[in-house]
Amino acid sequence: MPDIAPIVEMKRINKVFPGVRALSDVNFRLFKGEVHAIMGQNGAGKSTLVKVLTGVYKQDSGEMLLEGRPIRPDSPLAAQKLGINTVYQEVNLCLNLSVAENIFIGREPMKLGSIDWKTMNRKAAEVLLRLNIKIDVTRTLSSYSIAIQQMVAIARVLDSSAKVLILDEPTSSLDEGEVEQLFKVIRKLRDEGLAILFITHFLDQTYQISDRITVLKNGTFVGEYMTEKLPKLELIAKMLGKELSEFNYSATGEAKRDAKRDAERAAAAHGSSAETMLRAEGLGRHGSIAPFDLDLHKGDVLGLAGLLGSGRTEMARLLFGIDSADRGDILVKGKKTTLGSPHSAMMKGLGFCSEDRKNEGIFAELSIRENIILALQAKRGAFRYLTKGKQLEIADKLIKDLAIKTPNSDNEIRQLSGGNQQKVMLARWLATDPSILILDEPTRGIDVGAKLEIMEQILNLSREGLGVIFISSEFEEVIRCSTRVAVLKDKAKVAELQGEDMTERGIMQTIAGGK
Amino acid sequence: MAWWKSLTRKKIFWPLIALGVLMLFNLFFTPNFFRFEIKEGHLYGNVIDILKNGAPIMLLAVGLTLVIATKGIDISVGSIVAISAGVVAMLIGGDLHGVPKYPIPYAMAAALVVSVMCGMWNGMLVARIGMQPVIATLILLVAGRGIAMVTTNAMIVWLYAKPFALLGQGYLLGLPFSIFIVAGLVLMTVIITRRTALGLFIESVGINPTAARFTGINAKNLIFWVYTFCGFCAGVSGLVVCSTVMSADGNNAGVGYEMDAILAVVLGGTSMNGGKFYLVGSMVGALIVQTLTTTIYAFGVPPEIAQVVKALVVWIVSLLQSKTFRSMFLGMFGKKELSV
Repeated sequence: MPDIAPIVEMKRINKVFPGVRALSDVNFRLFKGEVHAIMGQNGAGKSTLVKVLTGVYKQDSGEMLLEGRPIRPDSPLAAQKLGINTVYQEVNLCLNLSVAENIFIGREPMKLGSIDWKTMNRKAAEVLLRLNIKIDVTRTLSSYSIAIQQMVAIARVLDSSAKVLILDEPTSSLDEGEVEQLFKVIRKLRDEGLAILFITHFLDQTYQISDRITVLKNGTFVGEYMTEKLPKLELIAKMLGKELSEFNYSATGEAKRDAKRDAERAAAAHGSSAETMLRAEGLGRHGSIAPFDLDLHKGDVLGLAGLLGSGRTEMARLLFGIDSADRGDILVKGKKTTLGSPHSAMMKGLGFCSEDRKNEGIFAELSIRENIILALQAKRGAFRYLTKGKQLEIADKLIKDLAIKTPNSDNEIRQLSGGNQQKVMLARWLATDPSILILDEPTRGIDVGAKLEIMEQILNLSREGLGVIFISSEFEEVIRCSTRVAVLKDKAKVAELQGEDMTERGIMQTIAGGK
Repeated sequence: MAWWKSLTRKKIFWPLIALGVLMLFNLFFTPNFFRFEIKEGHLYGNVIDILKNGAPIMLLAVGLTLVIATKGIDISVGSIVAISAGVVAMLIGGDLHGVPKYPIPYAMAAALVVSVMCGMWNGMLVARIGMQPVIATLILLVAGRGIAMVTTNAMIVWLYAKPFALLGQGYLLGLPFSIFIVAGLVLMTVIITRRTALGLFIESVGINPTAARFTGINAKNLIFWVYTFCGFCAGVSGLVVCSTVMSADGNNAGVGYEMDAILAVVLGGTSMNGGKFYLVGSMVGALIVQTLTTTIYAFGVPPEIAQVVKALVVWIVSLLQSKTFRSMFLGMFGKKELSV
């Protein structure tokens, strides 16, 4: 690759949102004729950085240069005029208009005050031909596959002035063949000299298409690397914020012994051939997660480890009946069932804490007490109302058991800290007396002390005979709590680790190694 | 000042203040506003009129409070009022000697059944088909007028069956009978929402529908029944309206009532964003709306300006309820205690 001056350069970009430092001193360079991938875990600052570049957000400090000249786009339109174009994840096109209309919407060629359809259709065909696509541009967009729609979205932003093309998760709804088709187009555009910024959660795709990788972690710049010189394993380590050499075997070994001890304890308490609580056989859903097998025993903590977008949450959603599976079976306590809704999953003894506490978990304006008893009340039904006295009793006991810090259970839940809100979520499900608990990132965004308390609770629950599925981006936490770990990658379960293999390095190698 | 703070934090506080200010205004500026007369053992006066004339809106506001709490809206209630009135009028019939075609209780029950079916239709569109509430209920807002017209053969039906006049014109214990209907419906609604978990479920669906689903609440069923109940309330309101004027006019009965009822709910402290709801607040809100109307007439404001005055008062009351505005307003006097 020609290592000349970059076409886009972002220097020491800072951006603070209320309460969060989204970007601190982040650098980013984009070169002509290259595909550049930005990698990082949740909250790494990828999307914030891109939004600064495209004028959605304004940086608090730092400089942006386009071909050496400072720029400060204050809207996506301004960025577009400068030649920075974005194709978003959800294709925002009009399905009921023709392909040509979609490409030229808002800038239709005119003749005598009306749209010059002939020229428009000819030009649209030309632009698509540049992407090696030959289709009838007068047909409606809805008659083509999502892959073609994606290309039309790209064609729309490609005119002579385009310098930078940003693709935000373009492959998330494409199948393998379609991805290859898209990559061909991307390579062609790259070879024509376009600078392409590619955002994806798929590790393998990053290696297939990108020339250069920038890694971010918690809003800070980790480094910029040539893809060919960065082994997958090292990339994963960097995304997790660790150096490979850092893996201290005695430390992880100790953590593992912890887990093992607990496993032994659990096994001793419940007999060695522990009852199977939950079993999935070839369970899957198209476009969400590939078919997988899963076993959860009484007293088990099954960890789901994988990077962001690897399919952990999708798996949890299938198991809790939020999404319906289109293949495979679920067995709860040995009995084959269908989980058509969270309500039916709950009635069969499951509980689920979502990773998105704010949007899928808490009821901000309700009291802590109401937040705690709601699932139990839903389980009992509206007409077997828990009296306020009974509600207080349940809430106060759980507040005490989980050490939720609040002076009064009648306070609104939004006044609590994140860690305490998370404990309330846990309390809500514990109140229903579940036998299987699915916890999606229960330790995200809370302070270290609260993290430890939550993990302690998870171990306690498993000792009491619950089957727990524990999802976390922090592999260290997964290993510390789990008796077994299922590793996910690119929307599929790729392996199950236990015993000696259950180490951070082991998980990372599994992810890096492919199938 | 702790008691003052906890008092102002009560949702019912501001609507009551607004109502009180309106009443004070009348005390000073409207002659004889608070004069009561007793004729034939019944109370008469402006205040009694407000209660009596406000009843139809209050009845609508009960159902709408729950609908709005689920983050929905029902703009078809005015049309359901007309349908209910039309059905009951046609079944009682316009016999000049006051002999009802069908027994009055049957006629009333039939009107309520039809209203409940209207509510189910709305509930089905919103909860099952997933239409936006405004659009879904707009259908019945428009079509309902037509149904009401068809029901009454596009004529105004006059009723002479005396017993039916009790609902809208009758008196009990010296007070208008319609007030007892309102009280009964409010009491029943409070019991079924607050003595069961339904109220809590409605609020949680309004606050966070996704979280409600993930918590095992069947939001779709709940929303369906809330719209159905709203239809029932509109049906009751239609009976009272019909009884008050002893006629049914498919074209004009209940026109614009939905707006007054929505206003009453919002003035009462229930947010259009859904969530916590305040049934008693909605009743106070309906009284504010009705007091305003009565005041404007009693004060002799020309009709062309009346609507503007109404809008102005509503605007002020709404501002008073806005937390942002209140802290801005207090901030102007250098008090910073409300700042976050």
